Amino acid sequence: MLVRLSTPALRRTSWRAFAARLVLGGLATVVTGLAGAMAGPSVGGLFLALPAIFCASATLIESTERHHKHVVGMHGEQRGKMAAALDAAGTALGSIGMLAFAVVFAAVVRTQVAMAFVAATLAWSLIAVAAWYCRRSVRRIRLHAGMFSRAADQS
Amino acid sequence: MLHLISEYLIRFVVGGVVVSVFAMLGEMLRPRSFAGLLGAAPSVALASLSLAVLDHGPNYAAIEAHAMVFGAIALACFSVMVCQLVARTRLRALPSTLLALTVWLAVAFGLQWALPGVG
Repeated sequence: MLVRLSTPALRRTSWRAFAARLVLGGLATVVTGLAGAMAGPSVGGLFLALPAIFCASATLIESTERHHKHVVGMHGEQRGKMAAALDAAGTALGSIGMLAFAVVFAAVVRTQVAMAFVAATLAWSLIAVAAWYCRRSVRRIRLHAGMFSRAADQS
Repeated sequence: MLHLISEYLIRFVVGGVVVSVFAMLGEMLRPRSFAGLLGAAPSVALASLSLAVLDHGPNYAAIEAHAMVFGAIALACFSVMVCQLVARTRLRALPSTLLALTVWLAVAFGLQWALPGVG
């Protein structure tokens, strides 16, 4: 299956990790409000895309993967780093979706407030997933092209 | 004063809950690169823009969303930098993200300064 839900992964995550995200998410929202109040919506809006939660997530992912490897007697540092790098790559693709969210929301909210939230969230979902799928397809094509080229060289 | 404190308390709770929901979903999703999409989920934006519409009206929220475009571009640059730093250097995730945060600030505020009429 292309994408799957893993509930054991959720159970393995510590309550501290969730508490960190709860607190950081709350703080990020407060900071956005403060920035908007002090410097206007043009500055407050920038902070809507502040990667505050990502900073905590990437560190948590890295340490979780390292811990899992350590439990079975392996080092795990490289595994942890690669997991964090993959997460960052996904976030880069997701930010294209976030761009779509911002554009759609700004275009619709002045006329239809509720529809703006729905349409913008839908735009984010569709564009982010499409970007991820395109990247995945390109990587697979390159991988197969490389294999084909090596096979041709050897024959 | 009490009204101000309660407003920011509501912001904290709403923002924290929305972000936590997206974070839980991100923990469950595989592969990891797909779960990473949720690192750029508009979780803070959904909470903040809802409150902005209630407090200041849709025009205010529209201006914030315009500025969010620059923030999203900066987030893309930030994420690419973190990915490259973690994958290609000896740096771990935390120092990489802190270093890349300077890139986010430079790109976001740089675009805001360079294109004031757009955001």
